Amino acid sequence: MSVLTLTIEGRDVAGQTGHTILQVARENGIPIPTLCHLQGLSDVGACRLCVVEVEGQRKLFPACVTTIDEGMKVTVNSERLAAHRRRIVELLFTERNHICSVCIADRNCELQDLAVAVGLTHFELPLLSPQAVVDATHERFGIDHNRCVLCTRCVRVCDEIEGAHTWDVMGRGTEARLITDLGIPWGDSNTCTSCGKCVQVCPTGALFEKGRSVAEARHRRPYLPYLVAHEGRTR
Amino acid sequence: MADNTIVIEPVTRIEGHAKITIQLDEAGEVADAHFHVTQFRGFERISQGRMVHEMPSLMARICGICPVSHMVASAKACDEILGVTVPPTGVRLRRVLNLAQIVQSHALSFFYLSSPDLLLGFDSDPALRNLVGVARQTPDLARDGVALRRFGQRIIERLGGKRIHPAWVVPGGVSRPLEASERDSILAEIPDARMRAHRTLEWFKKNVASWTEEAAHFGDFPSLYMGLVHEGGNAAYSDGLLRVVDSSGWVMADGVDPRAYEEYLGETVEPWSYLKSTYFKPLGYPAGIYRVGPLARLNVAERLGTSAADAELAEYRERLGRYPSSSFHYHYARLIEIVHCIDVIDEILSRPDILDPHVRARAQINRNEGVGVSEAPRGVLIHHYKVDDDGLVEWVNLVIATGHNNLAMNRSVLQTARHYIKGDQVKEGMLNRVEAVIRCYDPCLSCSTHAVGQMPLEVDIRDAEGSLLRQVSR
Repeated sequence: MSVLTLTIEGRDVAGQTGHTILQVARENGIPIPTLCHLQGLSDVGACRLCVVEVEGQRKLFPACVTTIDEGMKVTVNSERLAAHRRRIVELLFTERNHICSVCIADRNCELQDLAVAVGLTHFELPLLSPQAVVDATHERFGIDHNRCVLCTRCVRVCDEIEGAHTWDVMGRGTEARLITDLGIPWGDSNTCTSCGKCVQVCPTGALFEKGRSVAEARHRRPYLPYLVAHEGRTR
Repeated sequence: MADNTIVIEPVTRIEGHAKITIQLDEAGEVADAHFHVTQFRGFERISQGRMVHEMPSLMARICGICPVSHMVASAKACDEILGVTVPPTGVRLRRVLNLAQIVQSHALSFFYLSSPDLLLGFDSDPALRNLVGVARQTPDLARDGVALRRFGQRIIERLGGKRIHPAWVVPGGVSRPLEASERDSILAEIPDARMRAHRTLEWFKKNVASWTEEAAHFGDFPSLYMGLVHEGGNAAYSDGLLRVVDSSGWVMADGVDPRAYEEYLGETVEPWSYLKSTYFKPLGYPAGIYRVGPLARLNVAERLGTSAADAELAEYRERLGRYPSSSFHYHYARLIEIVHCIDVIDEILSRPDILDPHVRARAQINRNEGVGVSEAPRGVLIHHYKVDDDGLVEWVNLVIATGHNNLAMNRSVLQTARHYIKGDQVKEGMLNRVEAVIRCYDPCLSCSTHAVGQMPLEVDIRDAEGSLLRQVSR
């Protein structure tokens, strides 16, 4: 495995073949905002918040799934990137019904934190206000589709760590919805082991423990790396 | 000129959006008057499909002035759905929170919204008739108002984490026990608040004689009164059972479990207002007109239960009779309640078991229906929910204090208009009195207040065809 050298934000850094820009940036203490990425799970580039500029290329690259090259020059922060990230967060907010003030994840929500980080103070886009439901058929947990951002962390943790693959995504575009098994109520799922990992990794209030009131969601996201046998899980 | 209508829109220095129309007959006398609530919130619909555990905080968003009352009533409805008994300290902490809110809300109503009329006069210049005008003329009174409101708000902040919409009251109790340091901070502020409350009450009593005309025409009519009382007849604010008495003291209903409210209270919708009117079912509509809130609470209760407040109550009854019937006396009743609430807060927080960490009971969904009741600053507040087996809200009915008072407010507006308005010779001070009678009830129509009175007031006098005859504006 050879070592590659590149610059990120003007700093000379090095990484191994096959490592991603995000991985190398984080190893070197250069922050890149992410949402769908979670240490210990495979990366899918679902949210596009980690987009970066690569010199000589017009398009933007998601840092979580773009591997490094020798001599690459990566820009993490620019006006263009900031505008894109703000718009991405705005799209996430306006696509479903995110009402922080009455959400169980208030003040414990990665989407809320991102809004602050990218400086999203108001919406320019119209709210879609979809009719979304809450599935509370599971004995201990529930899913509130109003709050889901389709990051698919739950899908991956269920498949890759628990090995149950209860969760998946059905439909396309704004119609896309998380489903349990083949679209049956969560409480009727034969595959769900009720381990609760999906709830722990959810960045918003979409997946919740029943009995929690507003602002009482307690996600334990950093616990995941301890469950992972080796780093190789992270592509 | 066949038919005239006077419209007061918007009604200022109340919490929310409303207007008043006054209908004149051919002779120019007041024929009818209506108080219209022109805003629509829709929380009964918004909450459908949500988890029941979110309800206290979701319902708190109904209002920024009295979120705590909604939280307490909502949490009590949820307690029933969980089928739990809230630990006694949890019950007491909720009680303190609700009393603190009554103090701050009463202070807002009396000092910010109504004292400009009382102190500066109903006929004074509307540009000065606001809290700033009060502060210019009697800085101490304005300071007492600000301080009492802050006292209540800070208790809410210390208990709940923030002043408005704290997410502390939860189904089964409260989410966090009280810290000794927080208790001590609250107790340290009580003597000052108590002094200011008594000082204001003394000021009011000294001046009450100068408002004799207003007292006689600001909704002075017999009606029923409803409020929560403890066993034995002491006024209750967060617990207790419903009692209904009439103006002569006849007990029409007593020991009514709030769960049975539908047997006693009917609801009707008028085409001219978004606010439902409630009536006492045994007497039918509209004979079953009743009032809730400070005036009604003092009428239904035998006593308040704290010595200083009971002494004030005795004097109040000596001055006004055992069952005062003028809505003008809401102000007086409100000030006595402030004194009482401060003393009860002191009493509860001085208990050694108030720091008990057991403040919450947890359970899954054990019942599909729950009713919760509390005394909001403005009166009895009822939350009634139905949920499915998974805990998703299917149906909500909210009976708010202002709804209970709706018939009485309309009758009061009519009485005041009849007394003060003759023909189309409308003076600003007359219109202000018609608004001021509404302020007696301190109606809570939404989350906001236009306290400083800068909003324009327009009065249109129109004939039957709708053409404008005369316009009065501020």
